[in-house]
Amino acid sequence: MSEDLTGLDTFPKLLMHHAKVRPERPAIREKDLGIWQTWSWGRFAEETRALAAALAAQGLKRGDHMALVGDNRPRLYAMMCAIQCLGAVPVPLYQDAVAAEMAFPIQNALITHALAEDQEQVDKLLEILPQCPTLAHIYFDDARGLRNYAQPQLMSYEKLLELGRDALKRDPAALDAEIAKGRGEDAAAMLFTSGTTGVPKGVVLTQHGLIDRSIAAAELESLGESDVVLAYLPPAWVGQFIFSLAQPMVTGYCICCPESAETVMSDMREIGPTYYFAPPRVLEALLTQVSIRMEDASRLKRAMYRYFMAVARSVGGALLDGRPVGLLDRLLYRAGDLLVYGPLRNVLGMSRVRIAYTAGEAIGPDLFRFYRSIGINLKQLYGSTETSVFVCIQPDGQVKADTAGPPVKGVELRFTPERELLIRSPGLFKEYYKNPQATAEVKDAQGWFHTGDAGYVDADGHLKIIDRVKDVGKLGAGPNAGTLFAPKYLENKLKFFPYVKEAVAFGHERDKVCAFINMDMEAVGNWAEKRNLAYSGYVDLASREEVGELIRECVEQVNADLAADPELAGSQIHRFLILHKELDADDGELTRTRKVRRRHVAEKYLPLVEALYNGAKSAHIEVQVRYEDGRTGMVSADLAIRDARIFAPAAAKRAA
Amino acid sequence: MRETEMTEGRLQAAERAHRIGGVILAVESVSLSFGGVKALSEVSFDVREHEVRAIIGPNGAGKSSMLNVINGVYHPQKGTIRLQGREFNDMDSHEAAKMGIARTFQNIALFKGMTVLDNVMTGRNLKMRASFLEQALWYGRARREELEHRRAVEEVIDFLEIQHIRKTPVARLPYGLQKRVELARALAAEPKLLLLDEPMAGMNLEEKQDMCRFILDVNDHYGTTIVLIEHDMGVVMDISDRVVVLDYGRKIGDGTPEEVRGNQAVIDAYLGVAR
Repeated sequence: MSEDLTGLDTFPKLLMHHAKVRPERPAIREKDLGIWQTWSWGRFAEETRALAAALAAQGLKRGDHMALVGDNRPRLYAMMCAIQCLGAVPVPLYQDAVAAEMAFPIQNALITHALAEDQEQVDKLLEILPQCPTLAHIYFDDARGLRNYAQPQLMSYEKLLELGRDALKRDPAALDAEIAKGRGEDAAAMLFTSGTTGVPKGVVLTQHGLIDRSIAAAELESLGESDVVLAYLPPAWVGQFIFSLAQPMVTGYCICCPESAETVMSDMREIGPTYYFAPPRVLEALLTQVSIRMEDASRLKRAMYRYFMAVARSVGGALLDGRPVGLLDRLLYRAGDLLVYGPLRNVLGMSRVRIAYTAGEAIGPDLFRFYRSIGINLKQLYGSTETSVFVCIQPDGQVKADTAGPPVKGVELRFTPERELLIRSPGLFKEYYKNPQATAEVKDAQGWFHTGDAGYVDADGHLKIIDRVKDVGKLGAGPNAGTLFAPKYLENKLKFFPYVKEAVAFGHERDKVCAFINMDMEAVGNWAEKRNLAYSGYVDLASREEVGELIRECVEQVNADLAADPELAGSQIHRFLILHKELDADDGELTRTRKVRRRHVAEKYLPLVEALYNGAKSAHIEVQVRYEDGRTGMVSADLAIRDARIFAPAAAKRAA
Repeated sequence: MRETEMTEGRLQAAERAHRIGGVILAVESVSLSFGGVKALSEVSFDVREHEVRAIIGPNGAGKSSMLNVINGVYHPQKGTIRLQGREFNDMDSHEAAKMGIARTFQNIALFKGMTVLDNVMTGRNLKMRASFLEQALWYGRARREELEHRRAVEEVIDFLEIQHIRKTPVARLPYGLQKRVELARALAAEPKLLLLDEPMAGMNLEEKQDMCRFILDVNDHYGTTIVLIEHDMGVVMDISDRVVVLDYGRKIGDGTPEEVRGNQAVIDAYLGVAR
């Protein structure tokens, strides 16, 4: 970050800058038909200009909104920049959303133009056309299967591009004038947050806010044009938007689009990104895969892995932080690097990773230390859509498993008496689109953003988040009345076990804490296979007595941990049950970013919650499920309810 | 649910109808016997360009024999086969492949130890012009051709959505995917006529739906004429334009799915009760 970017206050201006100073450097790569194809900055800018001219000819104006539905593709990002060139606002939507979920953003922002990646997305948009009469133009990237579609709204990306090239030839200056009209305070993107409750809100982020935050973070990590990022998360998610549009625009680094969701692992190995982001669940899934494959390895390899991972656990983190380590340990670690960690990083595709971030939810300390111990510089950050992501980042050498690090340059933090975190930063969003009431609720007159997260700053100046303010509750009645109940904290502790995929804890104003557990099919399935436990499917496996015992052990370990903490000893989990289906975003049980919608789950599974608290041994439940093709069906099951051991605070010390 | 699927299936058939052309393959009073066993007797039917044609019938009706006759594995004792107007009586399977006929097998016949990519590449075999020496020395046409063929193969891989298993040995794949790889190999030969021998046998519902979609896509996108043998009546009725019914080596019905469904001889021999 040594380039002078003054005066370049919008993304289109930055793009034209890169096209001038580094026209031949790679801007974006895509694996197509098995081969990585590269777009240079020059080509990226050229295509963007043509698209912008075409969109102008098609009637897209300053201040309009345009939807983009699809996976990470060069064309998608070129289109986003093209929209911004005209001063219009790109609205990326989650590509796995069902059609009905796309209707709201389109109606809300009166969207007239949309880019759809393929037939699947086009079908969804056509399906909601009756509810969205404003939608007049749908451009599609992949024409496969669309040959017989005669809807007048449809136009192929190639056709659009051709249109734009012609328009550009006729009047090349018009577009430059449009780009020059852009201002820092313009809206750069509108991202819809699903929110854990209520209707989605369109978060309007400004050019200035996104650019300022991207520069601040890029300076902290000294990102430059030689860095490489794999773009594999939904473009509608603010993190992916930052890593694959905002930051490349300020640093000139290259982003790579994998071939398909299934090939991410091997594409990552081929690309070798230097800058990487993964939410904890992805890191977890990778580690699970590694563990499963190690269990199938030869005895010698298993022994080597065990031995050197123990070495890594004891000194790996210290080496990465630059703390003093004895000579013998250094040598042992070096040997381990040669035999185990190096190859392992290679398999994970992380050989060249210089900076890796994780955020979005709490990460298990064991999981976090695993990656750091094998020499991957994994760090945590704190941020949200409303703050243009970068609020706190752990700087190199100051990495802790349970904090999010100190505030990034330019950010101010404050806490209310209820421990709610307030933020003031140049990256704060402008408003919730057409929702002044919601905006006023979270953004006060002095410009503080009320995050809704409860936390505090620890002795080293690092931010620590415990839970959502509104979720932190108290136990009512009974021997533990008044005890602090932080459901997310408990759920995360449960989820740190590989066998637990999701958990939902109940306890606010109840006499004790109880929980729903979602087993992890991959881990439990593998565990069952090792024990010759035959099962026919998810429901069958989840109802097995053996699995119940397995989960009970996990719950009891959590209880033992909790007993050691005087504040939380009263919120041990008394009773639990294993759900017969996976909580799913399609059924409204998770948000699109896979966070549990606790209240919705509690309502939907009311008979189960009641059974947990009335002492029943089992409960019957019948719920509606939504299949991937949009159809619905009913699933019913009888679930066993199990008790878990409760530890007295003193007994726990011995157990721990 | 069943009902809507059926209507959709018919709609798709209707949309494609205008593209169905003239007769590409004509089978005329073909008889085939093994010693005293009459596998086929006096069977005649035709296949039109771009259509999906199904051959159905109870076990041992002669369906696979019919397919084997078409692609030259068996030579019928009587009758003629006309492919695009040219008559063939003693065609072997190599010649059939050259004529643009590709097929998949009832029991998967892939090279189990080879990767998906290599397996699909074998489908291009007949299109390779480079000599043995050029291939061995990686010289002249060999290099250029390899690139060209790889591109064609990658397009098929993309079409059938098997990118993620491109480098996986076939033996490690689940059954449903192996079937898809076999289809990919057949497609790599860019056939005019594609013979599918029970493409959905042993598949679960989801795999069957996927396969149906791919068969219709292939037919629609490449315009490939498809002849398939299938036991799943739902599938046959949904995706076929016309159906031939065999029983004990004789043709007992021929027509659109609706016609066949209402044909009394077919009902008696095979379907049992009208659905």
